[in-house]
Amino acid sequence: MSTVDRPAGAPAKSAYRQMEESIDLSTMEQPLTGYGDGASHELLTLNMGPHHPATHGVLRLIVTLDGEIVRDLKPIIGYVHTGIEKTAEQKAYWKAIPVVERMDYLAYFFNSYAFCGAVETLLDCEVPKRAQYLRVIHMELNRIMSHLVWLGTSALDLGAMSMFWYCFREREAILDLFEYSTGQRMHTRYFQVGGVMEDIPAGWAAKVKEFAEKMPTRVDQYGALLNKNEILLQRLRGVCPLGEAELLELGVTGPLLRAAGNPWDLRKAMPYSSYEDFDFQIPVGTTGDNYDRYACRLQELKESSKIILQALEGLPEGPHITGDRKISLPPRHELATSMEALIHHFKLVTEGFRVPEGEAYFPIEGPRGELGCFVRSDGSSKPARVHMRDPSFVNLQATAPMCKDAYIADLIATLAMIDPVLGGIDR
Amino acid sequence: MNTLSGPLAEVSYYEPWWIQIIKAIVIFAVILQVQPIIIVGERKGLGRFQGRYGPNRVGPFGLATPLADIIKLATKEQFRPDSSIGWMFALAPVISCVTAIGAIAIIPFGDTQDIFGTPVGLYGIDVSIGPLFVFAMGAVAFYGIMLGGFSSGSKYSFLGSMRAAAQLISYEVSQGLALVGVVMTAQTLSLTEIVHAQQGMWYIVPQFAGFLIFLTASFAETNRAPFDLVEADAELVGGYFTEYGGTRFTAYLFAEYINMCVVSLICVTVFLGGWLLPFGIHPPGWVDPFIVLGKAGLFIFFFIWVRATLPRLRYDQLMSFGWKILLPLATLNTLVTAIIIVATD
Amino acid sequence: MPDQTGLELLAQTVGDAVPDSVLRTVHFRGQGTIEVAPGAINDVLQALKGAGFRALSSVHGVDYYPEEPRLGVIYELLDMTALDRVRVKVRVTADEPTVPSVTPLWPTANHQEREVFDMFGVVFDGHPDPRRILMPEDYQGHPQRRDFPIGGEPVLFTKDQDTDYTPKVRA
Repeated sequence: MSTVDRPAGAPAKSAYRQMEESIDLSTMEQPLTGYGDGASHELLTLNMGPHHPATHGVLRLIVTLDGEIVRDLKPIIGYVHTGIEKTAEQKAYWKAIPVVERMDYLAYFFNSYAFCGAVETLLDCEVPKRAQYLRVIHMELNRIMSHLVWLGTSALDLGAMSMFWYCFREREAILDLFEYSTGQRMHTRYFQVGGVMEDIPAGWAAKVKEFAEKMPTRVDQYGALLNKNEILLQRLRGVCPLGEAELLELGVTGPLLRAAGNPWDLRKAMPYSSYEDFDFQIPVGTTGDNYDRYACRLQELKESSKIILQALEGLPEGPHITGDRKISLPPRHELATSMEALIHHFKLVTEGFRVPEGEAYFPIEGPRGELGCFVRSDGSSKPARVHMRDPSFVNLQATAPMCKDAYIADLIATLAMIDPVLGGIDR
Repeated sequence: MNTLSGPLAEVSYYEPWWIQIIKAIVIFAVILQVQPIIIVGERKGLGRFQGRYGPNRVGPFGLATPLADIIKLATKEQFRPDSSIGWMFALAPVISCVTAIGAIAIIPFGDTQDIFGTPVGLYGIDVSIGPLFVFAMGAVAFYGIMLGGFSSGSKYSFLGSMRAAAQLISYEVSQGLALVGVVMTAQTLSLTEIVHAQQGMWYIVPQFAGFLIFLTASFAETNRAPFDLVEADAELVGGYFTEYGGTRFTAYLFAEYINMCVVSLICVTVFLGGWLLPFGIHPPGWVDPFIVLGKAGLFIFFFIWVRATLPRLRYDQLMSFGWKILLPLATLNTLVTAIIIVATD
Repeated sequence: MPDQTGLELLAQTVGDAVPDSVLRTVHFRGQGTIEVAPGAINDVLQALKGAGFRALSSVHGVDYYPEEPRLGVIYELLDMTALDRVRVKVRVTADEPTVPSVTPLWPTANHQEREVFDMFGVVFDGHPDPRRILMPEDYQGHPQRRDFPIGGEPVLFTKDQDTDYTPKVRA
């Protein structure tokens, strides 16, 4: 227990302050053995974050440094914990969608899809093919957008500041597309249980096609700026590698695992939402160093564009949401003519739909790895438990093994390559 | 050949003391006024490199942005951390600024001109130890950064100043050696004499290797990207000036930009023939300073260009590059130059 | 898990490896759940790991309030070669919420078990770093429990730090 001496005459400490000071933080600063032999070695504990330009949010790292070399590292999280899982339990299923979307703020379509998918599993609800394709298009656009933010911020962390703006230029184009089709740039609440909110507007497909055709060229341009840059290669090649076996033990998925040579991608392995219809490849690395992580994601940008083009090409006609009136709202025009539709509308808007009792875990391949949503239903119209298995949360555990005995600059670079999104970690 | 007996180069005319003072004031004022232009140029330039406008709110085309910046910075609260060493914390930015401006004194902006019947050299002072003076100023400037980081009492600042200590010393060696070739070729240490010696051919041609080494080392000496490890914002937040704000931060900012000017001007003087123009063009004497500043502008643009393009090196890579590549190359350049001079003499 | 039969066979394998461990199997919407005795979780997961479920996707807690035993810990296992998933569940009471930690088997469980502890108060025996993870260190109560009320969280500002904001300790 630590105490702080207060000047005489200062008001007595409140109960809260006393309790705060009684917190034992000694487990956070465990002394390292094997280093620090007196005169020649002195370890420096550096508190990085939560306010630090390169921790991608409010991640706090307690770093033990031996000069410039990281000897130990402890992530401390929870600074943006907003209790979304708890909030979702208080809302009807269809009202919980916008809440879960706000977890990983770079992968909102994935969040809402994982949740909707879990609820659809519980409902045993068939999603029309057109809705599946529209979901794929939006999710792949979202994946590109997420990777662009990653590329821009990672390059910024490495000191290549211009990349940030080039990436955000393309991201802006994607956000405009989202606004066009869904009405919102971020947190669109476009996916519904049973399909998507509404059909895409006229002219949208052409714009997406134009973008998806342009994107691979842009990726080549990024590559031209970064791949041939000797400084960048030196900063990335052979830096902070972690083997496939260890990554699997740590539960790391997504591009990080693929960079280590394991082609595990849920889109291919356990296809959902008609991913089996599309012809795309999974980029894999060899050694799992920062360069592989970088190269894998860069290649994924191209593969996602390919998927989008194929999905637009083969976009089937048909309804955009399930016809089951117990789940989806009836079309507007029916309300004026059909009593039944009016009742359904009233029931859905006031109470929401009921979901049979049971539990479902719905994993999808998010931009950062396996994004799974666990939903337990107790038979009411509100979920009894919503849990997001956020890839950033799990992948973050790999930071310490990766960065051990690396330079502090490499710690930043590796953290950027892990691509944690604190909104997803803290939820 | 000049004798290196006295501290001042042999000048063939007499300059009264009041001219010296006026020159000092004019040069100081001009260089200080150039800084905001560089800053707005850098921000505008970076903006264009990055596909955006850059600052365009204050004044026409955003040209008054530095003015707004300075007003903002000057009105900030003067704060310092509890754990800092007060006098050192206040002194450090001053050292940085003074040494940066001091180095300007020997930059020749033009030849000796006849102004209202009085011969005036368009330079602060023509010392016979030109480059040595610059390096001496650079070496003291290092204390500004080092003490600033050390006295802040912050771990980020401390790491930044440690990096600064290692980086500035390492690269000063190569930077100095790169100039030895020029000095040997020109057979003088006086910067005006070096410019005069470039009448036939600018030294960038015979000393191209030296030029590249000097330029590279200059990036490290001025803490500019890709060698901006001292203030690596991604790792060390702000490096040595993490804890600085307000006018003290402004002082560091100015010192950085003046340093950039100094190395650009030295580069112009030593490698690009100072105020000389190629193809036998001899403009009137009053154009000389504009030629020098224009050439320096090219270098400053290059600095900005590099900043927009290159990522940052890692600390160990910076060190090994400095000691294992740049220093041997600089030494080799010196040796080869010496051999050629002896062989052709 | 494609069908009930497959799940039963798997449960049989687990039951053979760890006697009296399997309490219940549920197959719902193509997903299989094996409920096991809390004490046997490490052995069961070891057996399943041997049976091919080499990856632990997720560990999360559930509160089955008002059912008893109310707290559940769920392990989502993944077989990356047979492309199969199975869910293993343990149930403990709120009075004695102790489950052996599976961090020795899967280091990935480290953060996730901490989260379950933080949110539900399930204590993981043998966890290397049993602290709260998302909530503040001084937080009292386990907010994801179903009987934990929402709202009314006091926000402490320096100006009124002497107000008594000690969180009401809930049963």
